[in-house]
Amino acid sequence: MSDEISSELCKHLVELAALELDADESEYLRRQLNLQLKAIHELETIPLDPQTPVASHGVSYTATSSPALRPDASSPYPNPASLLTGAPETEDGYIIVPDIPKQDLT
Amino acid sequence: MSYIERSATEIATLVRQGKVSAIGVLEAHLAHIRKVDGIHGVIGGDRGTEPDKVHAFISLTEERAKAQAAAVDAKIAAGEDPGPLAGVPLTVKDIFCVEGTASTAGSKILANFVAPYTASAVQRMEDAGAVTLGKVNLDEFTFGSSNESSAFQPAPRNPWDLTRVPGGSSGGSAAAVAAYEGPISLGTDTAGSIRLPAAYCGVVGLKPTYGRVSRYGLIAFGSSLDCPGPLTRNVTDAALMLRVMSGPDPRDATAANIPVPDYVTELEKGVRGLRFGLSPDYFRIVYYDPQTEKLEEHPVPDEMKKAVLDAAERLAKLGAEIVEGVPMPHTRYGIPAYFVISRVEAASNLHRFDGVKYGYRTPEPVGDLRTLYQKSRAQGFGVQPKLRILMGMYVSAAQYSEQYYTQALRVRSLIRRDFDEVYDPQGAYRLNALLTPTTTTPAFPIGGVYGDSVLMQYADQLVVTGNHAGIPGISLPAGFNAEGLPIGIQLMGPDFSEDVLLRAGRAYELSTENEAWRNRKPKLLSTDFADF
Repeated sequence: MSDEISSELCKHLVELAALELDADESEYLRRQLNLQLKAIHELETIPLDPQTPVASHGVSYTATSSPALRPDASSPYPNPASLLTGAPETEDGYIIVPDIPKQDLT
Repeated sequence: MSYIERSATEIATLVRQGKVSAIGVLEAHLAHIRKVDGIHGVIGGDRGTEPDKVHAFISLTEERAKAQAAAVDAKIAAGEDPGPLAGVPLTVKDIFCVEGTASTAGSKILANFVAPYTASAVQRMEDAGAVTLGKVNLDEFTFGSSNESSAFQPAPRNPWDLTRVPGGSSGGSAAAVAAYEGPISLGTDTAGSIRLPAAYCGVVGLKPTYGRVSRYGLIAFGSSLDCPGPLTRNVTDAALMLRVMSGPDPRDATAANIPVPDYVTELEKGVRGLRFGLSPDYFRIVYYDPQTEKLEEHPVPDEMKKAVLDAAERLAKLGAEIVEGVPMPHTRYGIPAYFVISRVEAASNLHRFDGVKYGYRTPEPVGDLRTLYQKSRAQGFGVQPKLRILMGMYVSAAQYSEQYYTQALRVRSLIRRDFDEVYDPQGAYRLNALLTPTTTTPAFPIGGVYGDSVLMQYADQLVVTGNHAGIPGISLPAGFNAEGLPIGIQLMGPDFSEDVLLRAGRAYELSTENEAWRNRKPKLLSTDFADF
């Protein structure tokens, strides 16, 4: 059986993921992805009622167990400069990045 | 008894009574850490360095700890209440933000990240008087069951056998507690990452109910699965730590608005009348073998099964009812479903690391922002994050999400239903908890599994169901196998039943307190503790 994730598809995923892989790394990861998918296909052996709900959480939140929502109000962070100290490059309170690529969608 | 042998409960009591100083307790632990831990993990470090040391730590924040200990002592001197964890040395898995300290997630991409705020769970313990020794190692972004994937090497070793892994991803936490480097540690559990290393290292590990402990300040992996929780040397300390950490938090909308029981005062209530279930589905391993490309099924090793049956017998003698043959038919699907759900959540969470706002940025000159993203992420992430991102993107892509992601979320409902049915107070089984082995094997050799991402994931088979269901689970030390490796047993109960699990754990602990294995200590600690 051919691999579900081909070299071409893997290359596409790498592009979407904003990654770069060398040839060895790409081949190792592609092999692992295909092996994991074989394990994942076991899920298809379950006779699943299409009405079975999806569970995005295990624990149900009720009206009483859910925390009250905070007021939808903004408040200034007391020390924004401290947040910028972690940025790799800043200038005058702005984060510096290289040119943003433009794509003509017409 | 030396300071480092004391439990957190004993240390807090002695410090609060003014019989010992927090500084004295801290100094003893620091001296012991210098003796057994060896060099801390660093980016690009040699995996094989100092094979006779534990290497639990990534960073030791001594000055910060001394200031905290001095503050506790000052409160005692002033007659103020220093809190229930007064002077207790705490280690923190390096997946939590602690203000002003390196918070790395075990990844090169965050190696230079200094957190601007402190996680709620850490803050609550420090407010209660805990003294944070530093950050302990983990699998990169918690992705693993062995700690071998950390970018910070050497990675932790199992104190009971230094050629073996401590388990993961909270391996630094479990190793530090087992090696007496600190009596308590804060870990996280996304697919057993507290319970599995606790079992491998012979300590107590508690995964609370999802929403019991705030995730604020926890660097996210699987947002619907991640749970902060305690690793300790005894059940009482786990109860003490959980009581301090738990409760609603306005900074985490998933922290449930449910009152926190006093887990400590509940501890000694015993197990009379409680019902514990044994399930055949937790006495076998069903896994996809990448070598044969077939589904394999084996019983768990005899020694693990015997430990569970022995615990059942002890609980029965204490007045509990044991219910056998409890069906948990979807247990085997926990890992395949986790392969999908956790990868989608991980890929989403890892998109924030881009070389722009914080963390690693490629030093190479780049022409545009897209290339900056690609190179920063390619150089900053290790193999495991890349693998999870790619899988997450594939199984959640528009054309595949129904086949994979939606299917996995439906299976998650079935896993949850298995638990709901056996805990139902009006149902056929009416259990208070399931009693199972924690793991399918004891700790495996370093290098024995790493590289095989499928087999590594299946190490979590008996614990991951608890994360899908969101329910609490506790792993308890239950002796050793013939090779001298720790064995863990697990109790899993309904939502917010931590008090019952801790009670049962304490009852089991008391029933085994005179067993010879309870007095064992890792060989690397054979020197006289009285020095400390």
